[in-house]
Amino acid sequence: MIELLADQRFPPPEFTETGHRLPGFTIALPRGPWLERLDIIVLVAALSLAAWLVLRQRSRRGLVALGIFSVLYFGFWKKGCICSIGSIQNMAQGLADSSVGVPLTVLAFGLIPLVFALVVGRVFCSAVCPHGALQDLMLMKPVKVPAWLEHGLGLIPYTYLGLAMIFAATGGGYIICQYDPFVTIFRLSGSVLMVSSGIGLLVLGMFIGRPYCRFACPYGALLGLASKVSKWRARITPDTCTQCRLCEQSCPFGALNKSTVDAPSRTVRTDKHLLAVIILLLPVLICAGVWGGGAAGKSLARKHRVVSLAERVYLEETGKAQGTTDESAAFRVTGAPVEGLYAEARAVRDRYVTASRLCGGWIALVAGLKLIALAVRRKRDDYETDETRCVACARCFKSCPQELQRLGLPVPEGARLAPPP
Amino acid sequence: MNRRYFLRDVLRGATALGLGGVFAGLIRRVKASGTVWQIDPWKCTRCGRCATECVLEQSAVKCVHSFEMCGYCKLCTGYFEPQPNKLNTAAENQLCPTGAIYRTFVEDPYYEYRINEPLCVGCAKCVAGCTMFGNGSLHLQIRHDRCVHCNECSIARACPADAIQRVPAAQPYKFKSRGDAHD
Repeated sequence: MIELLADQRFPPPEFTETGHRLPGFTIALPRGPWLERLDIIVLVAALSLAAWLVLRQRSRRGLVALGIFSVLYFGFWKKGCICSIGSIQNMAQGLADSSVGVPLTVLAFGLIPLVFALVVGRVFCSAVCPHGALQDLMLMKPVKVPAWLEHGLGLIPYTYLGLAMIFAATGGGYIICQYDPFVTIFRLSGSVLMVSSGIGLLVLGMFIGRPYCRFACPYGALLGLASKVSKWRARITPDTCTQCRLCEQSCPFGALNKSTVDAPSRTVRTDKHLLAVIILLLPVLICAGVWGGGAAGKSLARKHRVVSLAERVYLEETGKAQGTTDESAAFRVTGAPVEGLYAEARAVRDRYVTASRLCGGWIALVAGLKLIALAVRRKRDDYETDETRCVACARCFKSCPQELQRLGLPVPEGARLAPPP
Repeated sequence: MNRRYFLRDVLRGATALGLGGVFAGLIRRVKASGTVWQIDPWKCTRCGRCATECVLEQSAVKCVHSFEMCGYCKLCTGYFEPQPNKLNTAAENQLCPTGAIYRTFVEDPYYEYRINEPLCVGCAKCVAGCTMFGNGSLHLQIRHDRCVHCNECSIARACPADAIQRVPAAQPYKFKSRGDAHD
């Protein structure tokens, strides 16, 4: 309103004396769309190369080189954005809200690594993801995480995934991007909290392998699920496992499953009673999750800008708060009716409650399935990489005497070798 | 073992179908030219967060000047402190904290005000001054040679007026102009 009046108040003068001409705007154009296409091509090429290095070449050295490239290109050069981890939020928001556009790069970065995981396992994590590659390169002296802690903390990614989906699908923001610890390192700037948590995680990662990938990354959780049913994946031995146990300590990420051939039989048998109890408890657990999610939904909704604005405006309207905030002042300028804002805030809150119920059910389901997976003791004939947790880093390969023999390297004395075929 | 492999094949097929469904559902939302972040200057409330919330050390947001809206005033309220000692270019009289606006004499009584972009930090002090008492010809825009195109613009997250949105990359700026229709 003021602007309109002002617009008419001083027309630009006509410079009769000097004939001065009005300058125009200087325009700096964004990078062309072909450069974005290039990123997709680089991603596919890097994924293919990683798959070839893991499955065919079985080359740790090649993966390290590819990892350095990914850290430099997807990390420092592209400043860590767009990344596959964050892209799932755009996809969730796009699926929930039909008015939201989704950039092509985001769609490609979100889906292509999942397709690769379905076919060849988590090769994306091994050396293409700049977050994973950076942590992998930092690992110096791996400390073994106890199994109970590994399994317990391993539930965090699924929880984080659920929460991120709530916020993204309801338009409440992208928390994965907001709380990304490594993007601040790639950008060489950020808030004190995020920079220090990034550096802290890297230092921790020198001793505990890939802490973010294993205990936080929501995209890693999805890739793990895809990798669970993948066609091929990294194998410790190139041909036959001889139960020599030389690879037992080689995995720094707790992603190696031991063979049960030499184990005492009671540790291999499934406790049927325990399993039955857990399966019967699963629906109860899910109901509790849905109920808890519904209860948490309203407080989560307060993070949404419309809801927090409506709360502030309500306080101002009822005289419980003095003055205005930037947000409420901006709202007053628009002259929109307060009732409309309240109605919108209620709609947003209802969406949050629904999404939060689903998320609660999801977390309970994951926890229940985890308990079932722990209760079921499976027999294993070979030492194998864990389907979901293996990030295909190729560290275990050279601990296998079969592999050393294949490469023509000296085999440790007394190592059991398979008879030649 | 066969049963397990069969189950795995079935689940893989189902997952692939699901991913295909997500792709089919979202590919229609892809804008051919791509999108970039931009400020709607008519929504902007000049709160000053653009200067501090950008992920870059120095914000990608800069002040731009719509010369066709400018009154070429001698007393420019976007250039001078509210109560300047004198109407001259001395630093203590200038509103801009970095001295990024420079003015040149055109003809009596008109002065032209230009932005020295490398100095501008996007704090919107001049924009507030200009909009309060003048034409609002000074306004903020995201400069695409600086913007790193974050997936979620962190200024947009903090913007109290929701003024930052994705716009088609083919029209990457929303400059103010004289004939702008707005309400």
